[in-house]
Order: sequence, then C-alpha cells, then structure tokens
Amino acid sequence: MVKSMGEVILTMKEIDKSFPGVHALDHVNLEVRRGEVHALMGENGAGKSTLMKVLTGIYKKDSGTIIYEGKEVEYHNTKEAQDAGIIIVHQELNMLSHLTVAQNIFIGREFKKGLGIDDKRMNDETEKLFQKLNMDIDPRQLMGNLTVGKQQMCEIAKAISHEAKIIVFDEPSAALTETEIEELFKIIRDLREKGLGIVYISHRMDEIKVITDRITVMRDGTYVGTLITDESTKNDIINMMVGRVIYEEPKTKSAVPEDAPVVLKVDHLNAGKMVQDVSFELHKGEILGFSGLMGAGRTETARALFGADPIESGDIYIEGKKVIIKNPQDAVKNGIGYLSEDRKRYGIVVQKTLTENTTMASMDDYMQGIFIDKKKEREVAQKYVDSLATKTPSVDQLVVNLSGGNQQKVVIAKWLTRNCDILIFDEPTRGIDVGAKNEIYKLINQLAKEGKAIIMISSEMTEILRMSDRIVVMCEGKKTGEIDISEATQENIMNLATRDIG
Amino acid sequence: MGNKTMKLDIKKKPAIEKLGGQRFIVFLVVVALFLFFCALSPNFRKYTTIISILDYSYYITFMAIGVTFPLITGGVDLSIGTGLVCYSLIGGYLITFKGWPMLAGLAVCLVLGIVMGIINGCLIAIMDLPPFLATLCTCMINRGLGSIVVGGFGISWPAKGAPGGWFRDIFKIDIVDKLKLPLGFLWILIIVFIMSYVLNHTKVGRYTLAIGSNKEATRLSGVNVRFYHIIAYAISGLFAGLAAISYSAVFPTIQPGTGAGFELEAIGGAIIGGTSATGGAGSIIGALIGVFVICLLKTGLPFIGLQANWQQIITGLVLLGAVLVDILKKRKKVS
Repeated sequence: MVKSMGEVILTMKEIDKSFPGVHALDHVNLEVRRGEVHALMGENGAGKSTLMKVLTGIYKKDSGTIIYEGKEVEYHNTKEAQDAGIIIVHQELNMLSHLTVAQNIFIGREFKKGLGIDDKRMNDETEKLFQKLNMDIDPRQLMGNLTVGKQQMCEIAKAISHEAKIIVFDEPSAALTETEIEELFKIIRDLREKGLGIVYISHRMDEIKVITDRITVMRDGTYVGTLITDESTKNDIINMMVGRVIYEEPKTKSAVPEDAPVVLKVDHLNAGKMVQDVSFELHKGEILGFSGLMGAGRTETARALFGADPIESGDIYIEGKKVIIKNPQDAVKNGIGYLSEDRKRYGIVVQKTLTENTTMASMDDYMQGIFIDKKKEREVAQKYVDSLATKTPSVDQLVVNLSGGNQQKVVIAKWLTRNCDILIFDEPTRGIDVGAKNEIYKLINQLAKEGKAIIMISSEMTEILRMSDRIVVMCEGKKTGEIDISEATQENIMNLATRDIG
Repeated sequence: MGNKTMKLDIKKKPAIEKLGGQRFIVFLVVVALFLFFCALSPNFRKYTTIISILDYSYYITFMAIGVTFPLITGGVDLSIGTGLVCYSLIGGYLITFKGWPMLAGLAVCLVLGIVMGIINGCLIAIMDLPPFLATLCTCMINRGLGSIVVGGFGISWPAKGAPGGWFRDIFKIDIVDKLKLPLGFLWILIIVFIMSYVLNHTKVGRYTLAIGSNKEATRLSGVNVRFYHIIAYAISGLFAGLAAISYSAVFPTIQPGTGAGFELEAIGGAIIGGTSATGGAGSIIGALIGVFVICLLKTGLPFIGLQANWQQIITGLVLLGAVLVDILKKRKKVS
C-alpha cells in the first residue's frame, strides 16, 4: 500500500492557532501524499476539526505554513479552498432535501439554457459522474428520499465533481450501515487509485486499520506523531491518543442476581415501522444491552417507551403495574429517564447553565411556593458535579462550554436528581473521547450496582460486550434474539443483527 | 479536556458585561438621547413634555413586557397592537353604553387579553402553527372585532371627574393645581420588577427560556412544554389587556381600526433591550429601557424639526443595529 503512495501534495507545518483562553493547535504537522488515505486521529477536542478548518480557510492560522502542490497557500474561505481542490465531506450532511440529487450536486453552478436552468444536462452529467464512481443513484430522485448512506455518496460525488485533489472525510461512517460503509470504502479505494489525497477522520479503530495507509495522531492540540498503519497495532494508536494504556476485557458473567425483580416489562410494543412487536423484561440492577445495526429500531423503541413518539399498541408494566405512557411527562413520572444519542438536540439546553440543566426534570423539588430556590438548586448541582466528577469550573458554567463526556454527566445528573429507577442510555459514549468513555462506563456500572435498571443502546460491539448483562438484538424493527452475556460473542450477535426475517 | 473549559472561564468578564451588557449600553443611549433633545430644544425641557413622553410610554411598555415572553420562546405576538385597541373599545363600550361598572370594564380588558393569548398559544403550541402566521390572523380578527362591537364609532372612556373617571388617576394624578404626578411610571417599575422576578425565579420563566433554547430537549426532560408555551402567549395577552387600560386612561378617544403597528414598537423595544430575536434569552428591564429609546425618538425628533417619517427611519435603523448586535454576539460564540 505504502509503495503506491505518490509525492507529497499537502504539507501543514507548525500550525498554531489560539482562541481566547484556549491553545487549540500547538505547532501541528500533517503531510498528505497523492494516492494515500491518511487517518487523522485523536480524542474529541484534540484539534482535528480545528486543523481541517484552518486548512479550508474557516479559521485563520496564527502561524505556520501550508504548502499545497508545491506552493505556499492560505485560503480565506471554503470557496477558495474548494476552487483549489480541497474539499471536506462533513459529518452533518449539507444537503437540500427538497431538491433532486442532480440539483444538489450542481448547486451554485447550474448549467444554463437561455434564461432557465438546464435540468436535463445536469441529470446527464450526474449520471455520468455516478457511473464513473460506480454509484447506483437516480439523479432525478429527491435528496430527502435517499438513505443517509446514499446522501453521503452524493456528497462525495459532489466533492469529486469539483475536481477535488484532497478530500477530507470527517467521521463519514458515523451514520452508515455496515454495507454502506463497505460501499464507502470501495469508493475511497477508488479515489486513492486515482491519485487523490484522502484525509480520514474517525474514531473507529477497525476502520482505520482497514482503509488507511498512514495515521497522524493528535492530542490536546498538539502533534503526537505519524505512523504507518500496517506497522502499528491498535494499542500503539490508542496509547498515542490518550498517553496511557487502556485495556478492557469483555464481561463474561452477568452481575445480576438470579432473583432480581423485574422492574420493567414491555409487551408486544408497536410504534410505526421501526418498532414491531417488541417484548422484553428488565431487572433491577441489570444492564440490558440493545444491539443491532443502524436503523434496527433500537432508538425508536426507546423513544416509544419514553413517550417521545406515540405508541400504537402494546403494554408497559413497571414493577408489575400496567402504566400508560403518552408523553415524556408520563414516562418521567414513572421513573424512566432517557439519555439521547444526540445530546445537543435532545439532551441538554446548551445555552443554559449546568445547574439549570441538572434540575430541568425535577423543578418541583426546588420550588418554594411559586419561586425557585436557586441556592438549593446550585447545592444539588454541585453535589452531582462532585459525585460524578464532572469537570467544570463552576455550576454556573454554560453547558455549551463543557466537553462531550461532561455534558453526558450533566444529563445523567438530570435523571439522578429525578430519582429515575430506569435509565435508557442511547449510545452513551458517542462523541465522547476515549478517556472519558471509561468514566462513563464506570458510572453506568456503579448505577446498576446501586439498583438502577439500565437499558444501553450501542452500536459498538465492544461496548455491548463489555457492559451488558444480557443483550437484546434487533433487526429492521423486530427483536431477533436475546442472549445472556455468558453466551454472547460478536459472531452470534452479528448473526441476529443481520438475520433475514423474511 | 476539562482544562479547556477551565481556561475559558478564567477569562475576565468585560466591565460592561458586569453592569448588564447590552442593557447598560442602551440605558446610556436613553440618557444621551434625553440630554441631546434637552440641549437642542427648550420646549423639550419642559415638565409637560416629560409627562407626555411617559403617558405615551405606558402602553408600549406593557406590550413590550408581555411580548418578551413569546419572543424568548423563539416566537412573536403580532396580535397585541390591534388587541389593545379591540379590548379598549369593548371595555369602554360596555361602560359607557351598557352601564357596566368601571372595575368590570377594566376586568373585561384583562380577560379578553388573556383569552386571546390562550387562543394564540393553542394555535402555536398544539396546532403547531408558525407564531408569525397564527398571531397575524388573530391580529386581523382583533381589528375587525373591536369595530363590529362598537359599531364603527370612536369610544371615550369616562373623563376625569365623571363617574368612573377615577381610573385615569391610576396613571396620572393631580397633586396641586397644575402639577401632575406620573403615577403610572411607578406601577411600571413595580411590574417590571415583578415580571423580571417571574422570568428569572419561577418555573414559568425558567421553562420559557428553556423552550426558546431547545424545545425538544425540554420536552424530553418531562416538562409539559405545551402548557408553558401557551402560558407565554397568555402573559403576552394579559399585558395587551394592561396596555389597553393604560391606553384608555391616557388618551381621550379610542378609534376603531387603529392599533396595527403598535406591536412593532413594543417588539422593537424588547429587542433593542437585549431580548434575542431568535429566542432563548431576554430581559424585562431591557424591554423597559428599549421602549424608552423608541419613545424618546418618537416624541423628541419633532422637537428638533424632524417629522414622523424620519422618526420611523431612525427607529428602524436603531432596531437593525440591535438585531445585528444580537447576531454578531451569537456568531462570536460559535467561532
């Protein structure tokens, strides 16, 4: 692989960038060659995105040099970078769902015919582009009708149609299914063959090993080093990322006593296409893992159970008693707390303080008549900051200024102050860096030990195997199996997750 | 990772932020405008002018306090301007033509306001109508409704000295022969204080702010978001009712078909005072100060020889400046 790499196309040398109070990039280096896939790794907040933003002109660097195709360059906005052939495929897709695929790809540079737009030519050109890339997408299709995976393909096609020489993929696989990831890799390999330089940002170690040629690791805004993928092990990379060794064994035996009472029983739950006839039981002190591929219906099940989306049919029993859950208020009253996979949208109010977020679900406990007892609020918030070891300068800090892991702790505190006995963690460590992940794991284990019943939805196999006492596997809206941790293997879980239900 | 936030916080707050940020700057603008007009126009310097500025400010201030709540949720209430006139017409009609007691007439204004607010709230929170559209519809309805009830004629609430005329003293009382005391401003200050407390120290306020920042996360915290969303509009309606009372007390005659555009001065005042045009943040004290910018411009500019049209252009520019400040602040936060 390394041999096929061509000459250096991009060198970023000694890049330095400070924001008020934060030294975001401290003399960072990056070198990309033609025909290589170069992984950029590091914990969240290590400075990967900032570095890419400096490259594409979103941020202005304080010092350092960028040499692209042999010339020193500095772009002032993404348009300039784009015109020069440097393109970022963002994690969040920038697609207009009401326009067709072709209209999206040619947006801003439409073909004209007289005064109007030549849609036919745009469709033809798009078709040609897709053929070249071996993508099977109809250019006339509305963007909104495509799966996330296909939309991402379109984004890539758009990048290539700009005659990109360097494409930066920012966590491209986060929202993709296994097959879509396979397709993505095929395309990336293809681009590598064509001599493009690819920067690939990802947290998924397995992917890095499969697709990349070299790896540059960053930590806390500094450059740690560059490795050749084939010559390094997973532990090498992790050690560079965190500066310490983390090694985790999967759980082998359920920690739940045999006679633990059933806290939650879900019976033949139906809610739309993604939740069909789902039944399961959850015991006191148990961590019930929900495994499955993207789009298996796990989040939808959790949302229905929490009253966030309407339930069509099925019964829910809490401690043996049947309960009706029509909205999140009902769920919260019944002691269920939900920690969404998308914290920023569904979990926290970013522009409010840590205290306000902590007490959001339990305001009634802080009322003195009609007034809020702000002193008590802050005391309780401080108590949870201490007990969860949340890193924050004060409880008055705006949540937006906290890191992902600490934001997650604020959401946990929110449900703990509410005394929820059933906690649903949806991808609890998504977007949380490796070090903080362990803390969250410890916390979840601790909560289970204290008798909370926990549902943990996760797409990371290692997470499922490490944390769960029992595992429910879903596929295409149906529950396809239930495995005790003592019998669980990656293989039998994957088997159930991809099972053809017919 | 924790270090980063630590470092951020050590950064000293600028002195202006400590004094109340935008509110403080706008307050300085109010003082400057006042001194400016005083310096340029001897007529402006008179006590009667100050009284008339205050008279003029009450109903806009009430509306601005009320509309701050929908604005904070990320919405808007366009129905308060014509609402004010509608409630005032109906209340005055019942008193002068149907012989209702004064207190009942005042209560009618408040009740009508609250009802209209709840209707707006339901349309927005339950039916999911865009606030702009929902309140535009009720704005038009208000305008027609008032005229129909009174039969198209102007209505005069009881004058000073007439039976029921005591209500005019609520806002302006004669101490000695020609010296009037603008009592209304005292009520305004008390109400600003109360509503400021409501916004910052009660569940209603907390959830109004939370809805404006992230409605879905608030809902998923088990908060009855619909209820509090409706309450925000009910507050706006209630204050339109209060505005109706102060308007009736200050002006001799209420004309049907007027009122459209009043709400824009109130909304403008609230936003100049630091309430975010996109929701999530707001200040009642700011609304009061912001309204005074608008009132001073409106009353002051004619004294230095500029007509009403100029006043509108200048008010528009000031508002534009306030919105730009808000947007730039957000942009700075993002980068």
